Amino acid sequence: MDHKEIAKLITLLENEPDRARDILKKLPKRICPVIGFTGSPGVGKSTLIDQVIARLRSAGKTVAVVAVDPSSPFSQGAFLGDRVRMKKHFLDEGVFIRSMASRGALGGLNESIYDVVELLEAVGFDYVLIETVGVGQAEVEVRYVADVVALVLSPGFGDEMQLLKAGVMEIADIYVVNKSDLEGNDSLYDQLIGFLTFAGRDALNVVKTSALNGSGIEELVDRIITLWKNFAETEKLKQLRKERLRHHTETLARRTLQKYLSAVDSEDPYEGVELALKFMCERLKYGQGGGT
Amino acid sequence: MKKYRILIAKPGLDGHDRGAKVVAHALRDAGFEVIYTGLRQTPEQIVKTAIQEDVDLIGLSILSGAHLQLSKKVIELMKKEGIANIPVFVGGIIPPDDVPRLLEIGVTRVFGPGTPLSKIVQEVREVLEGVTSTSGS
Ligand code: B12
Ligand SMILES: Nc1nc2c(ncn2[C@@H]2O[C@H](COP(=O)(O)OP(=O)(O)OP(=O)(O)O)[C@@H](O)[C@H]2O)c(=O)[nH]1
Ligand SMILES: [Mg+2]
Repeated sequence: MDHKEIAKLITLLENEPDRARDILKKLPKRICPVIGFTGSPGVGKSTLIDQVIARLRSAGKTVAVVAVDPSSPFSQGAFLGDRVRMKKHFLDEGVFIRSMASRGALGGLNESIYDVVELLEAVGFDYVLIETVGVGQAEVEVRYVADVVALVLSPGFGDEMQLLKAGVMEIADIYVVNKSDLEGNDSLYDQLIGFLTFAGRDALNVVKTSALNGSGIEELVDRIITLWKNFAETEKLKQLRKERLRHHTETLARRTLQKYLSAVDSEDPYEGVELALKFMCERLKYGQGGGT
Repeated sequence: MKKYRILIAKPGLDGHDRGAKVVAHALRDAGFEVIYTGLRQTPEQIVKTAIQEDVDLIGLSILSGAHLQLSKKVIELMKKEGIANIPVFVGGIIPPDDVPRLLEIGVTRVFGPGTPLSKIVQEVREVLEGVTSTSGS
């Protein structure tokens, strides 16, 4: 499938999710490593992905990137600017980059991400990389979509208090201390190692990088690949994919129910749900227009 | 639900990106999803981006004086790639005499310095949604 066809299908998945089932059914089921990059705004996720793409390409691998930026809760518009950091790959036929707006999804991604990732796996990319919006502390959906999650940090992030807080700090397989060319990075690195050791976690998976000068990128990519291979050789990958399926299902269920809920008019919330479920059971048939 | 995606690109070598950013920002506030590619894009890069991002409109911002060559190249490549159906807006320092020439090349609309942002938003809507202006031109 060429880039144009893939791009058109992604648009369909995003705009008409009820057709996703039909679209994806026609494609072979296929799995490849899905790697998530998350972290606060401006820590260097996109620049890092640019470097990771370069590394994977030099190993002859094809790469698809989905980069999510926030939609405005006021205008519903979005400024999608992650691509700016990945310019050197625009003409590479082995690289497909798609910017996506979060469209109201609260987990740091976009509701159609499950379908889109499935599509990108099916059409044969060797790697799928996902960039979340710049996250605060609570947006953890990437955990359910990606097999390996890299949490990108950079100086100015905070101190041990931030490391102790629940949420994004808990979902990482790999901690990337980026902007290592800048002052203040060693102390973050040391604190992180200290924290992980203290928490009984694997302090090995902390990597210092500079997405600007490329240092540490080779090590980061090696860690990611090793980790994914480990997962694939054990039961871990199967578990992760099961978890992804479960969250995909939940997302679909929520969206579907919401649609029916918006059509009922009841003073009683319990009755509202009952009515919506009743309508839904009567009408629901995905992929035949009935889902709409 | 259909959401319109617009590519704002800066072809060529000039570093004037203020206009592109201001226009991108205005379109964002008008509810569009704007993909911004940054400075110094070649026509090839712009067309590849338009394909991968499946955009509904391409906006080129050119203040270097090379608008004729650059727009022509972009539209040629669009034809070659089979995406010439996508409307192309051009803005920047465009002498009035060049406007008809740009339109002839296949550019959909042209905007010079000082164009009110509301006019740009309105014309984008016109072209994408078929909404015609009420104020007349
Ligand atoms: C600010 C400015 C700069 C800044 C740029 C800062 C930046 N990051 O953008 C700096 C100081 C860096 C600069 C440098 C130069 N500049 Co200068 N600069 C200007 C100036 C004064 C204003 C441009 C501007 O930002 N306007 C504000 C924005 C909002 O307006 P705009 O870009 O025109 O955009 C509007 C419309 O054109 C339209 N539009 C623009 N893009 C798009 C895109 C789409 C899709 C749509 C729908 C609409 C649209 O909508 C916008 C809103 O109305 C102009 C003169 C002028 N009055 O225009 C000269 C001007 C553009 N510069 C010029 C020149 C020659 C240069 C230099 C080469 C040398 C010099 N003489 O200073 C250098 C080269 C820099 C480089 N690397 O390329 C010339 C260009 C001549 C030409 N094209 O024939 C101009 C016209 C000055 C002149 N009269 O000689 N410049
Ligand atoms: N010094 C230094 N700057 C970096 C490094 N990595 C990224 N940057 C800069 O940090 C800024 C933000 O980089 P991005 O890659 O856009 O950051 P991001 O995390 O993708 O940002 P959002 O998508 O907006 O959340 C840019 O100016 C980069 O050039 C690094 O390793 N060192
Ligand atoms: Mg980014």
